[in-house]
Order: sequence, then structure tokens, then C-alpha cells
Amino acid sequence: MSAVDLSLYCVAALLALGLAAIALRRSAAISALVYFGSALLSLVLAGAGVAVLAGAAEITGRVLPVGLPWLGSHWRIDALSAFFLLVVGFGGAAASVYAVGYGRHESEPQRVLPFYPAFLGAMALVVMANDAFSFLLSWEVMSLLSWALVMAHHRAAGTQHAGYVYLVMAGFGTMALLLAFGLLAGSAGDYAFEAMRAAARSPAMAAVILALMLVGAGSKAGLVPLHVWLPLAHPAAPSHVSALMSGVMTKVALYGLIRVVFDLVGPLEWWASPAVIVLGAGTAVLGILNALVASDIKKILAYSTIENIGVIVAALGLALAFRANGMAATSALAFSAALFHIVNHAAFKSLLFMGAGNVLVATGQRELDVLGGLIHRMPVTAFLVLVGALAISALPPLNGFASEWLLFQSVLKSPELPQAGLQIIVPAAGAMLALAAALAAAAFVRLYGVGFLGRPRSDVAAKAIEVDRFALAAMGALALVCVLAGIFPGVMLDLMAPAAEAMVNGRLPVQADEAWQTLVPIAETRSTYSGLLVFLFIVFSATSSAWLVHRLASRRLRRGPAWDCGFPSNIANTQYGAGSFVQPLRRVLGTILLGAREEVAMPPPGDNRPARLLVTLRDVIWDGGYLRLAALINSAATQMNRLQFLTIRRYLSLVVGSLVSLLLVLTIWN
Amino acid sequence: MALVVALAPALVGLVRKVRARMLRRRGASILQPYRDILRLMRKEVVLAENASWLFRVVPYMVFAATWVAAALVPTFATGLQFNWTADLIAIVALLGSARFFLALAGMDVGTSFGGIGASREMMIAAMAEPALLLAAFSVSLVAGSTQLSTVAAFMATEDVGLRVSLGLALVALVIVALAENARIPVDNPTTHLELTMVHEAMVLEYSGRHLAMIEIAAALKLLLYISLIGCIFVPWGIASGGSGVAAYPLSLAFYLGKLAVGGVLLGVFEVSIAKMRVFRVPDFLGAALMLGLLGMLLLFVSRSL
Repeated sequence: MSAVDLSLYCVAALLALGLAAIALRRSAAISALVYFGSALLSLVLAGAGVAVLAGAAEITGRVLPVGLPWLGSHWRIDALSAFFLLVVGFGGAAASVYAVGYGRHESEPQRVLPFYPAFLGAMALVVMANDAFSFLLSWEVMSLLSWALVMAHHRAAGTQHAGYVYLVMAGFGTMALLLAFGLLAGSAGDYAFEAMRAAARSPAMAAVILALMLVGAGSKAGLVPLHVWLPLAHPAAPSHVSALMSGVMTKVALYGLIRVVFDLVGPLEWWASPAVIVLGAGTAVLGILNALVASDIKKILAYSTIENIGVIVAALGLALAFRANGMAATSALAFSAALFHIVNHAAFKSLLFMGAGNVLVATGQRELDVLGGLIHRMPVTAFLVLVGALAISALPPLNGFASEWLLFQSVLKSPELPQAGLQIIVPAAGAMLALAAALAAAAFVRLYGVGFLGRPRSDVAAKAIEVDRFALAAMGALALVCVLAGIFPGVMLDLMAPAAEAMVNGRLPVQADEAWQTLVPIAETRSTYSGLLVFLFIVFSATSSAWLVHRLASRRLRRGPAWDCGFPSNIANTQYGAGSFVQPLRRVLGTILLGAREEVAMPPPGDNRPARLLVTLRDVIWDGGYLRLAALINSAATQMNRLQFLTIRRYLSLVVGSLVSLLLVLTIWN
Repeated sequence: MALVVALAPALVGLVRKVRARMLRRRGASILQPYRDILRLMRKEVVLAENASWLFRVVPYMVFAATWVAAALVPTFATGLQFNWTADLIAIVALLGSARFFLALAGMDVGTSFGGIGASREMMIAAMAEPALLLAAFSVSLVAGSTQLSTVAAFMATEDVGLRVSLGLALVALVIVALAENARIPVDNPTTHLELTMVHEAMVLEYSGRHLAMIEIAAALKLLLYISLIGCIFVPWGIASGGSGVAAYPLSLAFYLGKLAVGGVLLGVFEVSIAKMRVFRVPDFLGAALMLGLLGMLLLFVSRSL
């Protein structure tokens, strides 16, 4: 059986699993059945992806006689699809295993179970689609199912608003996609991807398609300024769904972008790339700044997803710029950095969302300011989340650093680009990416330090208990992937090389032969990094120094009250909290971008009222962009309201007037 | 590798000695940091009741990450074994790992001082790390490599000359070095006054052997930065890989000389300047960031600047 047939069977089984969840809703074992089934089928999908990437399975297509009658539906797994199928399968399997345990705490499982496996299946279908109709249909099904999953806790505060914003943004995004594919199909109207690939189009047309894709796929992936639904919807969904949406669905959206921009649309001129680079770098900085000031754990993670999407899009923009200038090897470097970061982000973001889910199960709270001290109560969760936090902060020797390192290497190759415009933009983007990386570390010190360390700030945090084994096993597997992908980055890069080769006609040198798993993206004299050796050195020097100190110096230890310069306080709120931790950074960076204002209400001397510090934050994009747009549409609609109450003469003159003007336009056009 | 650990406390001692002499004090011996560390090592650890396992692991992790980073900077010879393990970007990130752990340890006990230190350290790092990376980018664009060995070898050749971009990178690097090592004007390593301390506030709860490890790591970091500036901007005297063992004594003497000059300059600078308010620090570091970016932009415009 070919890989594509196997995957289609898997998807069919996933959809059937969704139906079974409805049919067997009275059964007690249905939750475990659905999640175990999803995990198994996801693993098969991931296996199919690996088989195609590694060259063990042929790249084949399949036409099914469903869909539009003259078209049928085309499915195909090439190297790029296989790579994303691997991401979907891997993320799906981890989330499903996690959900075996997590799903037991669901208050209304019937609102999650039927949609969950179908959502997984729809994501797999998006990456396998080989014609525009199947692609858009799968995309829309994926959007609607994820919307249904977001609405699972529909009575919780904020969920309905989140669902509404998500639905509007998804609809808007699909509209842009529809237009993009319409332009791709051209006047001939052939919706198969092969025909789109073969058609010739002008550079201006290609740029318009790129812009439409950035809107359509960007709104789903979370590009600023189309990101507004993400920090609302991800916290509202159940945690294993948040993990899937953040870790996998945003990647499926990027697949759409890559498929069209790198494959279907044909060669793009260089001037199309700066917009992508700037958009990516800006998204990264804005996303992480918002993550720094948010105080809901899942909201922080959602904003951090926006940051990582920005990093990936910036890398893709660099790959476009290099490809337009015929620098295939460097383009492959930037593109591989993007693909590698996609896998890495899927791993550590899923891990972190699951950690947030554990906290939610144990305490019922997502606000950082009521947590604290969880490392004592939930040691395994705390350790696994620490691995995720280290990885997402791009710290060596974990995987986040390896992909950022590759990205910086490609930035450093950019002086070879001939265009002056790019030469100004790329270093500025590099600086913004460096800033985003440093801010990410601050954001995750804050998340971990306030949430897991210190003393508990509430009773629920003080009485938290560790969660079940399935959840921890899934997280453990993801943490292991984070470590292994950081130590053996060469293996990952070699695996994804066919996908890069198909898109940019170049590939990195084979990394498998290098000693000590060293990454050598360009040349040995230029840059090398061996995650394995760094890992070994750190482990060796930490253990040997600890052993020596305990052996030769002192190993005595006494517990005592905290010192705190002689004034320890028992009140847990004297610790630094989520707001106070970020106060310096908010003051330095946030006044414009976050609209942060601080007001101190100081009572006059002799007055007994307490002094108050009031911090206000404004979402500049929501207030300044979306609300204004909504107000504009509202007032326009009110103005148009008058048209409802006209006399018949006026209606007739309106009809005639518009007819004449349309005919005029048509004659001028021809 | 062992050399840098052995030398680092002496460097700290030298800086303290210079500061004391400039203030017309006698000052402790240069060897005093060794005695301090030995004394701390022998003492028992007093651990706060609320401290978790992370608090006890962090000193060794910080030491290990800093040590690996310091060992990867060419000191007196290039082309050493395993020098290709990590490049300049990875060294910056390794220091980031050490900082991440230390900031977490500051938050672990749950005191207000630990939090204030961690919060300010991350603010400073959020500006200093990009500035450092940009300076590193400028340097690697000039040398065409991010490998420190290659960079040092390239800088020692004749055709580098004086360049504007390198000058800007040097200033940025010095500012970052001052900030990252918690020196005046950004932080005061000798203070225990709540409003002025950053690094000291983070490690306030540490004692005994844990504190000793953190002090060694801090000394190592200072040595790392001086070695880094030395090997990039004054690369003379570094023995290349092929020159054999015979060249090592001379280059070692050169290296010790560079460290001494760096230490004396740091001491003189610290005495002659006042500490800044915390919210002035971002301006100071912002200047470093802009200089780094400017240097990099110049290189993008013309490779010969």
C-alpha cells in the first residue's frame, strides 16, 4: 500500500472515530477509546511521513471520485506534505496520549470527543490535498472543527467572545485564500495543483497572490496584525486542544503559505521578500512583548506562539530573498531553519500547553498571580515544563537554540545579497530576532519563576497534586524530543532535506558524516555547532564539579528560614509576582507598543488611605485597528440605512445610475 | 580548560586591588578571592526552608555553562581540540543559559530580594544579549566566520586594519561586558543596598559551597569577557594551531599580560565613574544595541568599513 492510501485510510478511520464517539456516547470507555485510537492513527500518519521523507516510500498521488464532479479530489504526499504529515502525526499522537488522562477531567466530554479525531483528520487532509477544492474544503473543515473545540467550555467567561472572534477571523482568512486560489487558477479555472504550477503569471500577479496568502494563511498562523483571535481562543480551548492548535494547526497554516508561495506560484521577484521578512520579525517582537505582560499562563503561551510563527516567517522570507537571487544553498539554509523551527516549536509548545493543562487540572487556575511553589507539589510536571521553557528560550544544548542558530547563520550570509533594500532590512530584522530571543528568555523565567517556584500564593496552589501517568508520559516523550533534536540536529536536518530540496532547489550538505554530530551548514571554517558535545561538556563539568565539591570540600547542609536581608516576611504576596517581575521591562519597552501607563495615587500626608499603583495596558492593535474598523463599518451601515426608506422613483434612478456607470466602466476597460 | 578556572579568581582579586589602591587603601591581597572560595567551600550550606531541588542544582549548572563557554574562547592559542564545538553565537547563548538558571534560583525561595534581582537581571539581559549578538555579528561579518578561532586568526593578519565597524563593535562589547558582569555603572558588586543591587540580590540566599560555585562562575564570566575582547580586538601573541608547543610559553605570557591590562583598566574605570539609576541602564545598553546595529549596517553597506 502506498503512503498516500495508508494516510487516507487513517483519516477515514479518524473521521469514523468521531462518529463512533457520537454513537457510543453512553459508554464509559469511549473517551479512552477515542484518544487511544487517535494516538495510534496519528502515529501511523507520522510513520507514513517519515517513510516518504526517508525515501522508503514512493511519492504517489490518488484521485478519489468525490468532490466536484468534473474534478474529483486529488491527494498526494510529496516531500513537503510528508514533512508536515510528520508534524501533524507526531503532535497529534502526543496530544492524544496526554488526553487519555486529561480527558477524564472534562466536564462535558461530548463537546470534545466527536470533534477531536475529526480535527486531526482534517489537518492531515489539508497537507495531503493536491487540488484547490480539496485544500479549501479540508481547511474550512479544520477551521470549523477547531472552532467547535474552542467552544467546548461555552459557559466559561470569555469563551463566547473568543469563539466569535475566531470564527470571524477564520472566515476572513478563508476568503483571502479563496481569492488567492482563484488568481492561481487563472481564467482557465483549473483547480489541480499541477496545472497551477505549470501556468505562467506576471511578477505583479505573483506578488498579489503572496499578499493574499499572507492574509489568508497568516490569519490562521497568527501573523501580526491578524493574530487577535489566537490569545483568546487558545486559552479557552481544553489544554490538549490548545496544544494541537498552537503546536500543529498554526504549522498547517504555514504549510498552506509554503505550498503556494514556494511551490505553486512560481518564481517571485526579490522585492516581494522584504515584506515577508519585516512582517515576520515584527510579529516576533510584538508577540513576545505581549507574552511578557500577560498573566494568564495559556495566554502567555499563545502570545509566544505568535512570536515563534514570526521567527519562522522571517526565515521563510530570507529563503525567498536568497532564492530570488539564485543562492540555492543559502536559501536551503534559511528554509531548513524554518522547517526545523516548525518541528521544534511543535514539540516544546505542545509540551508547555500540556504543562499548563496539568496546572489547570491540579489547581483550577491559569492566573500566574495565584500560583507559585508548584515545584514542590508537582515535581515531575515542574521538571518537564522546565525543559520546555529552556528549549523555547533558545538555550543550548536544546532544540530551540539549534534552529535559531541556523537562522542567524543565514542572516550572516545576507551581505552577499545584491539589493540595497535587503541589505538594510535583513540586519534590522536580525536585530529584532535577537531581541525577541532575549525577551523570550525573560518571559519564560517569569512564567516558570512565578508559577512554579517561590511560595504558593493561594490555597489551591498549596494543595495541588501531581496529575496522572498518561499526561506525564506524553510530556516526557515531548521533552525527550526537545533534548534529542537539540543534541542530534544533523539527523533532523538530513531527514527534512528532501522537503527543502523540493521547494528551493538546494540542500544543506549532508550532516550525518560529521564527527560528534556537528552542524556544518556552510563550511567548517565558517561556523560549526555540536549540540552533542555542548551537552556532554555541560553534563560532565556539572557532575564532576558537584562530585568533587561534595567529596573534597563540605557536604553538610542545614535548613533554616530564608535570609532575605534580615527581613523575611510570611506573606506570600511580598514575593515578586507576574506584574512586578515585568515592571522594569514594561517601563522600558512597553510604553508605546503596549500602551502601558502607570498611575500612582498617593494620598496626602495624614490621610490613612493606602497608596495605589494602577497599571493599565492597552492592546494597541485591537483598540486602534479592529475596534476602529468595527466602528467604521457600523457608522457606514447606519449611513446606508437611509437607502431602505426611499421612494420608488429614487430606487429606479439608483438602478439606472448604477447600470450606466457599470457599462461605462466596462467600455473604458475594453 | 582548567587554566581559566585557576586564573579567574586572581583576576577578580586584581580588579579589587586596583580599586583599593586608586582609593588610597591598601586592599586585600590578589589571592584573597582564592581564600574566600576555599573558606566558603568548607562551610556548611544553610538552605532556606522553601528551597527546591532546583535551587541546589543551579550553582553547578551555572558553573558548568559558564565554564564551557569560557573554555571555548581562545585564550593563548587557537586550533585547540574541540574548539569547533560551538561558535560565538553559541557562547552568547551558553551565557544566556547560565543567566536563565540563576534568575530562576533567585525566584525559587520566594523572597522579594530574589525577585527584584531576577527581574532586573532579565531586563538588563534583554538589552545586553541582543547588543552582544549584534557586536558578534559585526565581528563575524568582517572575519567571514563565527568561529572564534578563525576570527582570532583573521584579526591577527595584516589586512584588517582600522575599521569603523570594529570600533563600534568594541564599544558595544565593552558596555555589554560591564553590564553582564554586574560592574559599575550598571550594578555594584560590593553593595548590599536594596535599591542598587541586581546580581547580589539574586544570589542573596546562597551560602557555603553553593555560593562558592556561583562566585567562581562570576569570576569566570569576567575572565571570559576580557579574553573575548582580547582575542578579537588585540589578537597579537595568540599561538596558532600549527606553531607547536614551543610557542606556548610566550603566548601564555602575552595572554596573562592582556588579562592584567584588562583588569587594571576595569578597576580604574570603576573607580572613576558613579553608579547609574536602574532606569538609566536601558539607555546605556540601548546605546550599545544601536552601536552594534550601526556597525552591522555599515558592514552590509560596504565590507571595507
